[in-house]
Amino acid sequence: MLSGAGISFKAGNKFLLEETTVNFLPGMFHVVMGANGAGKSTLLKILAGNQKPASGYVFLEGKDLNAFSKKLLAQKRAVLSQQYQITFPILVSDMVMMGRYPYYVQNPSKEDKEICNLALQTMQVQDLQERDYNSLSGGEAQKVQMSRVLAQVGTTNENSKKILFLDEPVSHLDLRYQHQLLQVAKELTQKHVTVIAVLHDINLALSFADRILFMKKGAITHDVSHPYDVDSAIIREVFDIDSKVILVGEKAKPVIVF
Amino acid sequence: MLLILIILSAGTGAVYLPFSEIVDIIKNKMGLAVDGPINAVHQGLFFQIRLPRTFLCVVVGAALSVSGALMQSLFRNPIVEPGLIGTSAGSALGAALVIVFGRASLLNSVSFLGELLMPAAAFLGGLVATMLVYYFSASLNRVNVSIMILAGIAINAIAGGATGFMAYIARDPQARSITFWNLGTLSGANWQAVIIVTVSTVVGFLLALRFAKPLNALQLGDAEAAYLGINTERMKISVILINTLLVSVATSMVGIIAFIGLIIPHLLRLLRGSDNRFLIIGAALLGAIVMILTDMICRIIIAPAEMPIGIITAFVGAPVFLWLLYRFKNNQQGGFYA
Repeated sequence: MLSGAGISFKAGNKFLLEETTVNFLPGMFHVVMGANGAGKSTLLKILAGNQKPASGYVFLEGKDLNAFSKKLLAQKRAVLSQQYQITFPILVSDMVMMGRYPYYVQNPSKEDKEICNLALQTMQVQDLQERDYNSLSGGEAQKVQMSRVLAQVGTTNENSKKILFLDEPVSHLDLRYQHQLLQVAKELTQKHVTVIAVLHDINLALSFADRILFMKKGAITHDVSHPYDVDSAIIREVFDIDSKVILVGEKAKPVIVF
Repeated sequence: MLLILIILSAGTGAVYLPFSEIVDIIKNKMGLAVDGPINAVHQGLFFQIRLPRTFLCVVVGAALSVSGALMQSLFRNPIVEPGLIGTSAGSALGAALVIVFGRASLLNSVSFLGELLMPAAAFLGGLVATMLVYYFSASLNRVNVSIMILAGIAINAIAGGATGFMAYIARDPQARSITFWNLGTLSGANWQAVIIVTVSTVVGFLLALRFAKPLNALQLGDAEAAYLGINTERMKISVILINTLLVSVATSMVGIIAFIGLIIPHLLRLLRGSDNRFLIIGAALLGAIVMILTDMICRIIIAPAEMPIGIITAFVGAPVFLWLLYRFKNNQQGGFYA
């Protein structure tokens, strides 16, 4: 689906990303975790095509990422960035419609509008449609941006095979909406959307991820595909903090406490 | 509204032409019967002076306003206008070079190419200035506003100094035309100027419309616009080229007219948000209307003499600019227009 072969990135003499080969699987919820400056955002930028790697190649559907036009690429993947600074007033509905820009030339089709409405409803922000984006709270704005990228990966076709990158998507959300947003992303994976998210909360990652990639100093140090495999040794190594894994409830769900 | 103003403006001036007379003049020209005789002097005045001037107002106002809207969106900053980022000053320098060195020899030749030399030189001057300011201020993923303003000041100073130098070494009539024209004037309007500016404005306007959607996406940021499938580098160069076309050709004909490009887009943003498609179309219309009104004020206020239009736009425009800054200062939280 999506893979990086020997990709690396340097700033000056320092490797922000060591030579890395990694493969992402279709319809899976991947979470990338690591301390600040571990290279998570760099990895995401390279995979999303925003940053050219210093070495190596990114392959999407078996083809070199450079072979895709920007527009075609925009139809295949969407990216939710950490934050947005908008200078001029813009209606929330117009903001979400931007997600459909790769699909129409002059005027949005009926389908484009339906997909946007659905995205707004999914994020429960349809009441904000007529508001100026700049008047929203941080959490509201984040939900609206999520609606925009949902609109971008949205389709009436069930087998869409698109990729959704989420860079710290829940940083401004309260507990309930953190879960709600990740639940929405999780449901997308059932429609064969591949999700690659950077998260900071290990317990959110354990609840939603199908696979967790731990990064340290520009390298992927642990690639865990089952939540039970995450232990305090890994946490110790990656975050340099002591922790304990406890199992909760009938399903013995692992929870990390500190 | 625009049409009514065109006729009203054509009537205003040292010699006032009443509406009914204008209708008669137009009827006469079209070969229709009119009651009573036609004043041949007035007819000449109308077709050779008033009408070209009014049309020039329309296209120059539209060009400057559309350019202002484009540049504000490109720089993602509300205080940008062609005067601030060097386009106008660069164009003025290009044109002044032609006035002093080139035009004397070409003035005698009647070829149309000679008339195009000045807009072409203005275009080059404006392009170099705008590019310099943009590349100084654009870093990584955002536009550095303080550097933009400082670079703008520097480029404006260089271009202004060079233009002043041109005026200094120029022979007297040339020097006067440079000075007068630094303040902006529409008094030199003729059909040839109208045609040249109309072509550049219409071409620039139509091209600008094609970039409305990419400019909207750019408001999210460079990387985010690219994620939405936009070739941001190519778009930026294109928009700067379009902006330079619009501003430099207009400037080469009427001189520097400040603040129109700043205020018009803001009025529109206050009215109905910042969708660039709406802004570009609206700026063309509102820019034309405001320009006609301003020019009428220039002709009436100290009649029978007239004031350079740049003085009026500066006196009206600068306070509006300050008012915008005041709003900005008091509204850091809820956004610029909240």
